[in-house]
Amino acid sequence: MKILVGLKRVVDYTVRVQVKPDGSGVATDGVKMSINPFDEIALEEALRLREAGKAEEVIVVSIGPQQAMQQLDSGLAMGANRGILVKTDQPIQPLTAARVLLKLVEKEQPGLVLLGKQAIDDDCNQTPQMLAALWGRPQATFASKIALDGEVATVTREVDAGLETLSVDLPAVVSTDLRLNTPRFIKLPDIMKAKSKPREVLELASLGVESGDHLRYTGYEPPAKRSKGVMVADVPALIEALKAKGLL
Amino acid sequence: MSKILIIAEHAAGKLNPSTAKCVSCARAIDGASIDILVLADDPTAVAQAAAAIDGVSRVLTVADAGFAQPTAAAFAPTVVAQAAGYSHVFGPSTTFGKDLMPRVAALLGVSQVSDIMAVDGAHRYKRPIYAGNAIASVEAPSDQTVVATVRTASFQAAGNGGSAAIESAGGAAEIPGHTRFVGLESGSSDRPDLQTAARVVSGGRALGSAENFQIIYDLADTMKAGVGASRAAVDAGYAPNDMQVGQTGKIIAPDLYMAFGISGAIQHLTGIKDAGTIVAINKDPEAPIFEVADIGLVADLFNVVPELQAALKG
Repeated sequence: MKILVGLKRVVDYTVRVQVKPDGSGVATDGVKMSINPFDEIALEEALRLREAGKAEEVIVVSIGPQQAMQQLDSGLAMGANRGILVKTDQPIQPLTAARVLLKLVEKEQPGLVLLGKQAIDDDCNQTPQMLAALWGRPQATFASKIALDGEVATVTREVDAGLETLSVDLPAVVSTDLRLNTPRFIKLPDIMKAKSKPREVLELASLGVESGDHLRYTGYEPPAKRSKGVMVADVPALIEALKAKGLL
Repeated sequence: MSKILIIAEHAAGKLNPSTAKCVSCARAIDGASIDILVLADDPTAVAQAAAAIDGVSRVLTVADAGFAQPTAAAFAPTVVAQAAGYSHVFGPSTTFGKDLMPRVAALLGVSQVSDIMAVDGAHRYKRPIYAGNAIASVEAPSDQTVVATVRTASFQAAGNGGSAAIESAGGAAEIPGHTRFVGLESGSSDRPDLQTAARVVSGGRALGSAENFQIIYDLADTMKAGVGASRAAVDAGYAPNDMQVGQTGKIIAPDLYMAFGISGAIQHLTGIKDAGTIVAINKDPEAPIFEVADIGLVADLFNVVPELQAALKG
Protein backbone atom coordinates (compact mmCIF):
# COMPACT_ATOMS: atom_id res chain seq x y z
CA MET A 1 0.00 0.00 0.00
CA LYS A 2 1.09 3.53 -0.75
CA ILE A 3 0.56 6.41 1.62
CA LEU A 4 0.37 9.92 0.21
CA VAL A 5 1.35 12.71 2.59
CA GLY A 6 0.91 16.44 1.97
CA LEU A 7 3.63 18.83 3.16
CA LYS A 8 2.79 22.51 3.03
CA ARG A 9 5.53 25.12 3.17
CA VAL A 10 4.51 27.64 5.82
CA VAL A 11 6.04 30.31 8.02
CA ASP A 12 7.73 28.48 10.89
CA TYR A 13 5.54 28.17 13.96
CA THR A 14 8.05 30.05 16.11
CA VAL A 15 7.79 33.20 13.97
CA ARG A 16 5.35 35.76 15.27
CA VAL A 17 3.98 37.16 12.04
CA GLN A 18 3.16 40.83 11.67
CA VAL A 19 0.66 42.49 9.39
CA LYS A 20 2.35 44.83 6.91
CA PRO A 21 1.75 48.49 7.73
CA ASP A 22 -0.24 49.01 4.51
CA GLY A 23 -2.55 46.08 5.32
CA SER A 24 -1.70 44.29 2.07
CA GLY A 25 -0.67 41.08 3.77
CA VAL A 26 1.55 39.65 6.45
CA ALA A 27 5.31 40.18 6.32
CA THR A 28 6.87 36.90 5.22
CA ASP A 29 10.05 38.17 3.53
CA GLY A 30 13.12 36.53 4.96
CA VAL A 31 11.28 34.68 7.72
CA LYS A 32 12.03 31.04 8.44
CA MET A 33 9.89 28.61 6.48
CA SER A 34 9.14 25.03 7.54
CA ILE A 35 6.88 22.07 7.01
CA ASN A 36 3.45 22.79 8.47
CA PRO A 37 3.66 21.08 11.91
CA PHE A 38 0.46 19.06 11.43
CA ASP A 39 1.85 17.78 8.11
CA GLU A 40 5.08 16.74 9.80
CA ILE A 41 2.97 14.66 12.19
CA ALA A 42 1.18 13.15 9.17
CA LEU A 43 4.51 12.18 7.65
CA GLU A 44 5.76 10.70 10.92
CA GLU A 45 2.63 8.56 11.14
CA ALA A 46 3.06 7.38 7.56
CA LEU A 47 6.66 6.40 8.27
CA ARG A 48 5.64 4.50 11.39
CA LEU A 49 2.96 2.64 9.44
CA ARG A 50 5.54 1.71 6.80
CA GLU A 51 7.99 0.62 9.49
CA ALA A 52 5.25 -1.53 11.00
CA GLY A 53 4.82 -3.26 7.66
CA LYS A 54 1.41 -1.70 6.95
CA ALA A 55 2.60 0.22 3.91
CA GLU A 56 5.36 -0.13 1.34
CA GLU A 57 5.82 3.39 0.10
CA VAL A 58 5.43 6.90 1.47
CA ILE A 59 5.11 9.68 -1.10
CA VAL A 60 5.38 13.29 0.00
CA VAL A 61 3.65 15.99 -2.01
CA SER A 62 3.91 19.72 -1.82
CA ILE A 63 2.03 22.36 -3.79
CA GLY A 64 3.90 25.63 -3.92
CA PRO A 65 6.85 27.53 -5.33
CA GLN A 66 10.17 25.92 -6.26
CA GLN A 67 11.37 26.67 -2.70
CA ALA A 68 8.83 24.15 -1.38
CA MET A 69 11.37 21.58 -2.58
CA GLN A 70 13.15 22.36 0.69
CA GLN A 71 10.21 20.97 2.60
CA LEU A 72 10.14 17.90 0.36
CA ASP A 73 13.88 17.52 0.98
CA SER A 74 13.16 17.51 4.72
CA GLY A 75 10.37 14.98 4.23
CA LEU A 76 12.64 12.73 2.23
CA ALA A 77 15.34 13.07 4.88
CA MET A 78 12.78 12.05 7.50
CA GLY A 79 12.25 8.89 5.50
CA ALA A 80 9.71 9.33 2.70
CA ASN A 81 10.47 7.28 -0.42
CA ARG A 82 9.89 9.95 -3.04
CA GLY A 83 8.61 13.46 -3.49
CA ILE A 84 6.32 15.30 -5.88
CA LEU A 85 6.32 19.09 -6.14
CA VAL A 86 3.32 20.62 -7.86
CA LYS A 87 4.77 23.96 -8.77
CA THR A 88 2.87 27.21 -8.64
CA ASP A 89 4.07 30.68 -7.72
CA GLN A 90 0.61 31.84 -6.72
CA PRO A 91 -0.78 30.90 -3.31
CA ILE A 92 -3.73 28.54 -3.77
CA GLN A 93 -6.84 27.95 -1.70
CA PRO A 94 -7.97 24.63 -0.19
CA LEU A 95 -10.42 23.66 -2.93
CA THR A 96 -7.67 23.96 -5.52
CA ALA A 97 -5.29 22.02 -3.28
CA ALA A 98 -7.90 19.27 -2.92
CA ARG A 99 -8.40 19.12 -6.69
CA VAL A 100 -4.64 18.88 -7.25
CA LEU A 101 -4.34 16.14 -4.64
CA LEU A 102 -7.22 14.28 -6.30
CA LYS A 103 -5.25 14.25 -9.57
CA LEU A 104 -2.28 12.75 -7.76
CA VAL A 105 -4.49 10.27 -5.93
CA GLU A 106 -5.96 9.09 -9.23
CA LYS A 107 -2.46 8.59 -10.58
CA GLU A 108 -0.81 7.04 -7.52
CA GLN A 109 -3.79 5.09 -6.10
CA PRO A 110 -2.74 5.36 -2.43
CA GLY A 111 -4.56 3.34 0.20
CA LEU A 112 -4.30 6.21 2.63
CA VAL A 113 -3.84 9.95 2.33
CA LEU A 114 -2.48 11.59 5.47
CA LEU A 115 -2.75 15.36 5.72
CA GLY A 116 -2.35 17.84 8.55
CA LYS A 117 -5.71 18.98 9.89
CA GLN A 118 -4.91 22.58 9.06
CA ALA A 119 -2.07 24.76 7.88
CA ILE A 120 -0.82 27.23 10.44
CA ASP A 121 -0.79 30.09 7.93
CA ASP A 122 -4.35 30.29 6.58
CA ASP A 123 -5.82 28.11 9.38
CA CYS A 124 -8.50 26.90 6.97
CA ASN A 125 -8.88 23.27 8.09
CA GLN A 126 -10.52 22.27 4.80
CA THR A 127 -8.25 20.44 2.36
CA PRO A 128 -8.49 16.88 3.79
CA GLN A 129 -12.29 17.00 4.01
CA MET A 130 -12.53 18.48 0.51
CA LEU A 131 -10.25 15.81 -0.95
CA ALA A 132 -12.32 13.07 0.71
CA ALA A 133 -15.50 14.61 -0.71
CA LEU A 134 -14.15 14.94 -4.26
CA TRP A 135 -12.72 11.43 -4.09
CA GLY A 136 -15.97 10.02 -2.71
CA ARG A 137 -14.06 8.35 0.11
CA PRO A 138 -14.21 8.38 3.95
CA GLN A 139 -12.61 11.10 6.03
CA ALA A 140 -11.37 10.79 9.58
CA THR A 141 -10.33 14.22 10.74
CA PHE A 142 -8.33 15.37 13.79
CA ALA A 143 -6.79 11.94 14.36
CA SER A 144 -4.97 11.17 17.60
CA LYS A 145 -4.64 7.43 16.90
CA ILE A 146 -4.65 5.38 13.71
CA ALA A 147 -4.78 1.59 13.48
CA LEU A 148 -4.74 -0.17 10.10
CA ASP A 149 -6.13 -3.66 9.73
CA GLY A 150 -6.38 -4.89 6.17
CA GLU A 151 -8.82 -2.71 4.26
CA VAL A 152 -10.06 -0.85 7.32
CA ALA A 153 -8.64 1.98 9.41
CA THR A 154 -9.78 2.57 12.96
CA VAL A 155 -9.19 6.20 13.81
CA THR A 156 -9.56 7.95 17.13
CA ARG A 157 -10.53 11.59 16.62
CA GLU A 158 -10.14 14.55 18.97
CA VAL A 159 -13.60 16.09 19.02
CA ASP A 160 -15.18 18.68 21.31
CA ALA A 161 -17.01 15.99 23.28
CA GLY A 162 -13.92 13.84 23.84
CA LEU A 163 -12.40 11.06 21.77
CA GLU A 164 -14.51 9.64 18.96
CA THR A 165 -13.59 6.44 17.16
CA LEU A 166 -14.53 5.83 13.54
CA SER A 167 -13.98 2.76 11.43
CA VAL A 168 -13.44 3.65 7.78
CA ASP A 169 -12.88 1.61 4.65
CA LEU A 170 -9.68 2.25 2.74
CA PRO A 171 -8.78 4.14 0.76
CA ALA A 172 -9.50 7.08 3.02
CA VAL A 173 -8.26 10.53 3.97
CA VAL A 174 -7.08 11.01 7.54
CA SER A 175 -6.19 14.43 8.95
CA THR A 176 -3.81 14.58 11.86
CA ASP A 177 -4.04 16.34 15.19
CA LEU A 178 -1.17 17.28 17.47
CA ARG A 179 -1.16 14.33 19.82
CA LEU A 180 -0.94 11.64 17.15
CA ASN A 181 2.83 11.39 17.55
CA THR A 182 6.06 13.32 17.98
CA PRO A 183 7.93 13.63 14.69
CA ARG A 184 11.49 12.33 14.55
CA PHE A 185 14.48 14.61 14.17
CA ILE A 186 16.42 14.53 10.95
CA LYS A 187 20.03 13.36 11.28
CA LEU A 188 22.77 14.53 8.97
CA PRO A 189 23.34 11.11 7.32
CA ASP A 190 19.61 11.01 6.51
CA ILE A 191 19.97 14.24 4.57
CA MET A 192 22.84 12.77 2.57
CA LYS A 193 20.94 9.52 1.96
CA ALA A 194 17.88 11.43 0.81
CA LYS A 195 19.77 13.26 -1.92
CA SER A 196 19.38 10.36 -4.32
CA LYS A 197 15.67 9.84 -3.69
CA PRO A 198 13.36 10.58 -6.65
CA ARG A 199 11.87 14.04 -6.90
CA GLU A 200 9.27 14.85 -9.50
CA VAL A 201 8.27 18.39 -10.43
CA LEU A 202 4.92 19.01 -12.09
CA GLU A 203 3.65 22.39 -13.19
CA LEU A 204 0.24 22.99 -11.62
CA ALA A 205 -0.92 24.47 -14.93
CA SER A 206 -0.12 21.17 -16.68
CA LEU A 207 -2.51 19.13 -14.49
CA GLY A 208 -5.69 20.51 -16.03
CA VAL A 209 -7.14 21.36 -12.62
CA GLU A 210 -9.96 23.87 -12.48
CA SER A 211 -9.08 26.63 -10.02
CA GLY A 212 -11.04 26.63 -6.78
CA ASP A 213 -9.59 29.93 -5.63
CA HIS A 214 -12.95 31.61 -5.31
CA LEU A 215 -12.30 33.79 -2.29
CA ARG A 216 -10.73 37.20 -2.60
CA TYR A 217 -8.60 38.34 0.32
CA THR A 218 -9.01 42.11 0.32
CA GLY A 219 -7.10 43.29 3.37
CA TYR A 220 -5.33 42.40 6.58
CA GLU A 221 -5.21 44.00 9.98
CA PRO A 222 -3.58 43.21 13.29
CA PRO A 223 -5.88 41.73 15.93
CA ALA A 224 -7.48 44.03 18.48
CA LYS A 225 -5.23 44.32 21.51
CA ARG A 226 -6.52 43.69 24.99
CA SER A 227 -5.63 46.61 27.16
CA LYS A 228 -3.11 45.90 29.88
CA GLY A 229 -4.69 45.03 33.17
CA VAL A 230 -3.78 45.49 36.80
CA MET A 231 -1.52 43.42 39.01
CA VAL A 232 -2.72 42.50 42.47
CA ALA A 233 -0.53 41.59 45.41
CA ASP A 234 -2.36 38.71 47.03
CA VAL A 235 -5.51 36.58 47.11
CA PRO A 236 -7.66 39.02 49.14
CA ALA A 237 -6.82 41.76 46.61
CA LEU A 238 -7.69 39.36 43.79
CA ILE A 239 -11.08 38.59 45.33
CA GLU A 240 -11.64 42.32 45.85
CA ALA A 241 -10.85 43.03 42.20
CA LEU A 242 -13.20 40.28 41.00
CA LYS A 243 -15.98 41.55 43.25
CA ALA A 244 -15.46 45.07 41.93
CA LYS A 245 -16.11 43.74 38.43
CA GLY A 246 -19.20 41.89 39.62
CA LEU A 247 -17.63 38.53 38.85
CA LEU A 248 -17.89 37.02 42.33
CA MET B 1 -31.82 38.78 -0.50
CA SER B 2 -29.75 36.35 1.49
CA LYS B 3 -31.33 32.99 2.27
CA ILE B 4 -29.27 31.25 4.89
CA LEU B 5 -29.36 27.61 5.92
CA ILE B 6 -27.73 26.75 9.24
CA ILE B 7 -26.80 23.17 10.02
CA ALA B 8 -27.82 22.35 13.58
CA GLU B 9 -25.25 20.78 15.87
CA HIS B 10 -26.74 18.47 18.45
CA ALA B 11 -26.10 15.41 20.56
CA ALA B 12 -28.34 13.18 22.66
CA GLY B 13 -31.45 15.14 21.68
CA LYS B 14 -29.98 18.46 22.78
CA LEU B 15 -29.25 21.38 20.51
CA ASN B 16 -25.71 22.70 20.93
CA PRO B 17 -25.55 26.46 21.73
CA SER B 18 -23.21 26.80 18.74
CA THR B 19 -26.31 26.77 16.54
CA ALA B 20 -27.79 29.91 18.17
CA LYS B 21 -24.40 31.58 17.68
CA CYS B 22 -24.51 30.76 13.98
CA VAL B 23 -27.96 32.38 13.92
CA SER B 24 -26.47 35.56 15.41
CA CYS B 25 -23.83 35.58 12.69
CA ALA B 26 -26.49 35.08 10.01
CA ARG B 27 -28.60 37.88 11.50
CA ALA B 28 -25.67 40.23 11.02
CA ILE B 29 -26.37 39.97 7.29
CA ASP B 30 -28.98 42.58 6.40
CA GLY B 31 -32.39 41.22 5.52
CA ALA B 32 -31.37 37.59 5.72
CA SER B 33 -34.00 34.90 6.05
CA ILE B 34 -32.71 32.10 8.23
CA ASP B 35 -33.65 28.42 8.24
CA ILE B 36 -32.15 25.68 10.38
CA LEU B 37 -31.61 22.15 9.12
CA VAL B 38 -31.76 19.34 11.68
CA LEU B 39 -30.45 15.94 10.63
CA ALA B 40 -31.11 13.32 13.28
CA ASP B 41 -32.47 9.87 13.89
CA ASP B 42 -35.24 11.57 15.85
CA PRO B 43 -35.17 15.33 15.25
CA THR B 44 -38.23 16.23 17.35
CA ALA B 45 -36.66 17.71 20.48
CA VAL B 46 -33.78 19.36 18.65
CA ALA B 47 -36.15 20.91 16.10
CA GLN B 48 -38.28 22.36 18.89
CA ALA B 49 -35.24 23.94 20.50
CA ALA B 50 -34.10 25.31 17.13
CA ALA B 51 -37.56 26.75 16.41
CA ALA B 52 -37.35 28.80 19.59
CA ILE B 53 -34.22 30.67 18.49
CA ASP B 54 -34.90 34.33 17.69
CA GLY B 55 -34.76 35.21 14.03
CA VAL B 56 -35.33 31.76 12.59
CA SER B 57 -38.00 31.44 9.86
CA ARG B 58 -38.23 27.69 9.46
CA VAL B 59 -36.74 24.55 10.92
CA LEU B 60 -36.34 21.76 8.40
CA THR B 61 -35.90 18.20 9.57
CA VAL B 62 -34.62 15.05 7.91
CA ALA B 63 -35.01 11.93 10.03
CA ASP B 64 -32.88 8.89 9.32
CA ALA B 65 -31.31 6.20 11.47
CA GLY B 66 -28.06 6.96 9.63
CA PHE B 67 -27.96 10.34 11.35
CA ALA B 68 -27.73 8.86 14.84
CA GLN B 69 -24.10 10.01 14.85
CA PRO B 70 -22.99 13.23 13.18
CA THR B 71 -20.39 11.85 10.77
CA ALA B 72 -19.54 14.15 7.89
CA ALA B 73 -19.82 11.35 5.36
CA ALA B 74 -23.40 10.66 6.43
CA PHE B 75 -24.50 14.29 6.74
CA ALA B 76 -22.83 15.94 3.74
CA PRO B 77 -24.92 14.52 0.85
CA THR B 78 -28.19 15.49 2.53
CA VAL B 79 -26.90 18.97 3.41
CA VAL B 80 -25.90 19.41 -0.23
CA ALA B 81 -29.36 18.35 -1.40
CA GLN B 82 -31.05 20.70 1.07
CA ALA B 83 -28.73 23.60 0.17
CA ALA B 84 -30.48 24.13 -3.16
CA GLY B 85 -32.08 27.57 -3.24
CA TYR B 86 -29.99 28.96 -0.40
CA SER B 87 -27.40 31.70 -0.87
CA HIS B 88 -25.48 30.71 2.28
CA VAL B 89 -24.92 27.51 4.27
CA PHE B 90 -23.43 28.06 7.72
CA GLY B 91 -22.18 25.66 10.35
CA PRO B 92 -20.36 26.26 13.63
CA SER B 93 -16.59 26.29 13.82
CA THR B 94 -16.66 23.42 16.31
CA THR B 95 -15.16 20.02 15.51
CA PHE B 96 -18.61 19.06 14.17
CA GLY B 97 -18.76 21.96 11.70
CA LYS B 98 -15.06 21.89 10.84
CA ASP B 99 -15.43 18.25 9.88
CA LEU B 100 -18.67 18.58 7.93
CA MET B 101 -18.70 21.94 6.14
CA PRO B 102 -15.62 21.56 3.88
CA ARG B 103 -17.05 18.25 2.68
CA VAL B 104 -20.26 20.10 1.82
CA ALA B 105 -18.39 22.94 0.12
CA ALA B 106 -16.34 20.58 -2.04
CA LEU B 107 -19.43 18.64 -3.10
CA LEU B 108 -21.01 21.97 -4.09
CA GLY B 109 -17.79 22.94 -5.90
CA VAL B 110 -17.36 26.13 -3.89
CA SER B 111 -14.78 27.55 -1.51
CA GLN B 112 -15.40 27.72 2.21
CA VAL B 113 -14.95 30.70 4.47
CA SER B 114 -13.57 29.29 7.73
CA ASP B 115 -14.10 30.90 11.14
CA ILE B 116 -16.18 33.99 10.39
CA MET B 117 -15.52 36.40 13.26
CA ALA B 118 -17.30 39.44 11.80
CA VAL B 119 -19.75 40.15 9.00
CA ASP B 120 -19.01 43.13 6.73
CA GLY B 121 -21.73 42.37 4.20
CA ALA B 122 -23.62 39.48 2.65
CA HIS B 123 -20.41 38.24 1.01
CA ARG B 124 -17.73 40.00 3.02
CA TYR B 125 -16.34 38.68 6.27
CA LYS B 126 -13.43 38.89 8.63
CA ARG B 127 -11.57 35.76 9.70
CA PRO B 128 -8.46 35.08 11.79
CA ILE B 129 -5.32 33.65 10.20
CA TYR B 130 -1.87 32.83 11.60
CA ALA B 131 -3.35 31.69 14.91
CA GLY B 132 -5.14 35.01 15.27
CA ASN B 133 -2.02 37.11 14.72
CA ALA B 134 -3.72 38.68 11.71
CA ILE B 135 -7.31 39.30 10.74
CA ALA B 136 -8.09 38.90 7.05
CA SER B 137 -10.97 40.48 5.16
CA VAL B 138 -12.33 38.02 2.66
CA GLU B 139 -14.90 38.32 -0.08
CA ALA B 140 -16.84 35.34 -1.40
CA PRO B 141 -18.29 35.42 -4.93
CA SER B 142 -21.93 36.49 -5.03
CA ASP B 143 -22.79 34.02 -7.80
CA GLN B 144 -21.99 30.97 -5.66
CA THR B 145 -23.39 29.47 -2.51
CA VAL B 146 -21.36 30.74 0.43
CA VAL B 147 -20.34 27.84 2.66
CA ALA B 148 -18.86 29.02 5.92
CA THR B 149 -18.08 28.11 9.48
CA VAL B 150 -18.83 30.59 12.24
CA ARG B 151 -16.29 31.24 14.97
CA THR B 152 -18.63 30.70 17.90
CA ALA B 153 -16.61 32.75 20.40
CA SER B 154 -17.20 35.85 18.24
CA PHE B 155 -20.99 35.77 18.48
CA GLN B 156 -23.45 35.78 21.38
CA ALA B 157 -26.12 33.12 21.13
CA ALA B 158 -29.38 34.46 19.72
CA GLY B 159 -32.24 34.62 22.21
CA ASN B 160 -35.02 32.12 22.72
CA GLY B 161 -38.21 34.05 21.96
CA GLY B 162 -38.91 32.61 18.52
CA SER B 163 -41.54 30.19 17.26
CA ALA B 164 -40.47 29.09 13.80
CA ALA B 165 -42.43 26.57 11.78
CA ILE B 166 -41.07 23.03 11.83
CA GLU B 167 -41.30 21.13 8.54
CA SER B 168 -40.11 17.77 7.34
CA ALA B 169 -37.76 18.27 4.42
CA GLY B 170 -38.14 14.75 3.08
CA GLY B 171 -35.76 11.83 3.17
CA ALA B 172 -32.02 11.54 3.49
CA ALA B 173 -29.73 11.40 0.50
CA GLU B 174 -27.76 8.20 0.20
CA ILE B 175 -25.66 7.53 3.29
CA PRO B 176 -22.41 5.78 2.39
CA GLY B 177 -21.51 2.61 4.27
CA HIS B 178 -17.78 3.29 4.20
CA THR B 179 -17.72 5.25 7.47
CA ARG B 180 -18.88 3.67 10.72
CA PHE B 181 -19.17 5.20 14.16
CA VAL B 182 -17.52 2.99 16.79
CA GLY B 183 -17.77 5.00 19.98
CA LEU B 184 -17.26 8.18 21.91
CA GLU B 185 -15.16 8.35 25.02
CA SER B 186 -16.26 11.47 26.78
CA GLY B 187 -14.11 13.24 29.30
CA SER B 188 -17.12 15.30 30.26
CA SER B 189 -18.68 15.50 33.66
CA ASP B 190 -21.44 17.28 35.51
CA ARG B 191 -19.45 20.50 35.37
CA PRO B 192 -20.58 23.34 33.13
CA ASP B 193 -19.65 22.81 29.50
CA LEU B 194 -16.34 24.47 28.74
CA GLN B 195 -17.60 26.14 25.57
CA THR B 196 -20.64 27.75 27.15
CA ALA B 197 -19.66 28.20 30.81
CA ALA B 198 -19.80 31.74 32.16
CA ARG B 199 -16.71 30.98 34.25
CA VAL B 200 -13.76 28.82 33.34
CA VAL B 201 -10.92 27.78 35.63
CA SER B 202 -7.93 26.50 33.71
CA GLY B 203 -4.68 24.79 34.62
CA GLY B 204 -1.31 24.57 32.92
CA ARG B 205 1.88 22.60 32.98
CA ALA B 206 2.77 24.06 36.37
CA LEU B 207 0.21 21.73 37.96
CA GLY B 208 2.83 19.04 37.49
CA SER B 209 0.60 15.95 37.51
CA ALA B 210 -2.91 14.67 36.92
CA GLU B 211 -3.28 14.24 40.70
CA ASN B 212 -2.37 17.86 41.33
CA PHE B 213 -4.88 18.94 38.69
CA GLN B 214 -7.58 17.91 41.15
CA ILE B 215 -7.26 21.27 42.94
CA ILE B 216 -8.36 22.95 39.69
CA TYR B 217 -11.45 20.73 39.54
CA ASP B 218 -12.21 21.46 43.18
CA LEU B 219 -11.94 25.20 42.73
CA ALA B 220 -14.07 25.00 39.59
CA ASP B 221 -16.75 23.12 41.49
CA THR B 222 -16.76 25.76 44.22
CA MET B 223 -17.05 28.48 41.59
CA LYS B 224 -19.54 26.52 39.43
CA ALA B 225 -17.05 26.92 36.61
CA GLY B 226 -16.04 24.85 33.61
CA VAL B 227 -12.54 23.41 33.57
CA GLY B 228 -9.95 24.08 30.90
CA ALA B 229 -6.32 23.20 30.38
CA SER B 230 -3.39 24.40 28.33
CA ARG B 231 -2.01 22.28 25.52
CA ALA B 232 1.09 21.62 27.61
CA ALA B 233 -1.05 20.20 30.42
CA VAL B 234 -3.02 18.02 28.02
CA ASP B 235 0.11 16.83 26.21
CA ALA B 236 1.61 15.90 29.57
CA GLY B 237 -1.48 13.85 30.40
CA TYR B 238 -2.67 16.03 33.30
CA ALA B 239 -6.06 16.64 31.64
CA PRO B 240 -8.09 15.05 28.81
CA ASN B 241 -8.00 16.47 25.27
CA ASP B 242 -11.53 17.84 25.36
CA MET B 243 -10.42 20.33 28.02
CA GLN B 244 -7.75 21.93 25.86
CA VAL B 245 -8.22 25.64 25.34
CA GLY B 246 -6.46 27.34 22.46
CA GLN B 247 -6.00 27.55 18.75
CA THR B 248 -5.99 23.79 18.29
CA GLY B 249 -8.40 23.09 21.12
CA LYS B 250 -11.46 25.05 22.15
CA ILE B 251 -11.88 28.73 21.51
CA ILE B 252 -13.97 30.10 24.33
CA ALA B 253 -15.46 33.37 25.53
CA PRO B 254 -16.52 33.05 29.19
CA ASP B 255 -17.25 36.10 31.33
CA LEU B 256 -14.39 35.07 33.61
CA TYR B 257 -11.32 33.05 32.69
CA MET B 258 -8.84 32.14 35.42
CA ALA B 259 -5.51 30.72 34.26
CA PHE B 260 -3.42 28.92 36.87
CA GLY B 261 0.17 28.11 35.99
CA ILE B 262 -0.37 28.79 32.28
CA SER B 263 2.50 30.68 30.66
CA GLY B 264 0.37 31.97 27.81
CA ALA B 265 1.71 30.59 24.54
CA ILE B 266 0.25 32.43 21.58
CA GLN B 267 -1.87 29.45 20.62
CA HIS B 268 -3.44 29.42 24.09
CA LEU B 269 -4.10 33.17 24.04
CA THR B 270 -5.88 32.75 20.72
CA GLY B 271 -8.40 30.57 22.50
CA ILE B 272 -9.25 33.05 25.26
CA LYS B 273 -8.95 36.52 23.82
CA ASP B 274 -12.72 36.96 23.66
CA ALA B 275 -13.11 36.23 27.37
CA GLY B 276 -14.70 39.04 29.40
CA THR B 277 -12.10 39.11 32.16
CA ILE B 278 -8.86 37.16 32.14
CA VAL B 279 -7.18 36.44 35.47
CA ALA B 280 -3.65 35.06 35.44
CA ILE B 281 -1.87 33.45 38.36
CA ASN B 282 1.72 32.50 37.62
CA LYS B 283 4.99 32.32 39.52
CA ASP B 284 6.87 33.84 36.60
CA PRO B 285 6.32 37.61 36.39
CA GLU B 286 7.59 37.49 32.80
CA ALA B 287 4.94 34.98 31.68
CA PRO B 288 3.28 36.24 28.47
CA ILE B 289 -0.17 35.56 29.93
CA PHE B 290 0.23 38.75 32.00
CA GLU B 291 0.27 40.78 28.78
CA VAL B 292 -3.38 39.91 28.13
CA ALA B 293 -4.58 39.45 31.71
CA ASP B 294 -7.02 41.97 33.15
CA ILE B 295 -5.97 40.94 36.62
CA GLY B 296 -2.60 39.39 37.33
CA LEU B 297 -1.15 37.82 40.44
CA VAL B 298 2.47 36.71 40.61
CA ALA B 299 2.35 33.82 43.05
CA ASP B 300 2.59 30.06 43.38
CA LEU B 301 -0.69 28.51 42.33
CA PHE B 302 -0.29 25.84 45.02
CA ASN B 303 -0.65 28.63 47.58
CA VAL B 304 -3.25 30.67 45.74
CA VAL B 305 -5.74 27.92 44.86
CA PRO B 306 -6.27 26.65 48.44
CA GLU B 307 -6.50 30.21 49.77
CA LEU B 308 -9.01 31.15 47.09
CA GLN B 309 -10.91 27.93 47.70
CA ALA B 310 -11.13 28.62 51.44
CA ALA B 311 -12.18 32.25 50.91
CA LEU B 312 -14.89 31.39 48.38
CA LYS B 313 -16.23 28.45 50.39
CA GLY B 314 -16.28 30.33 53.62
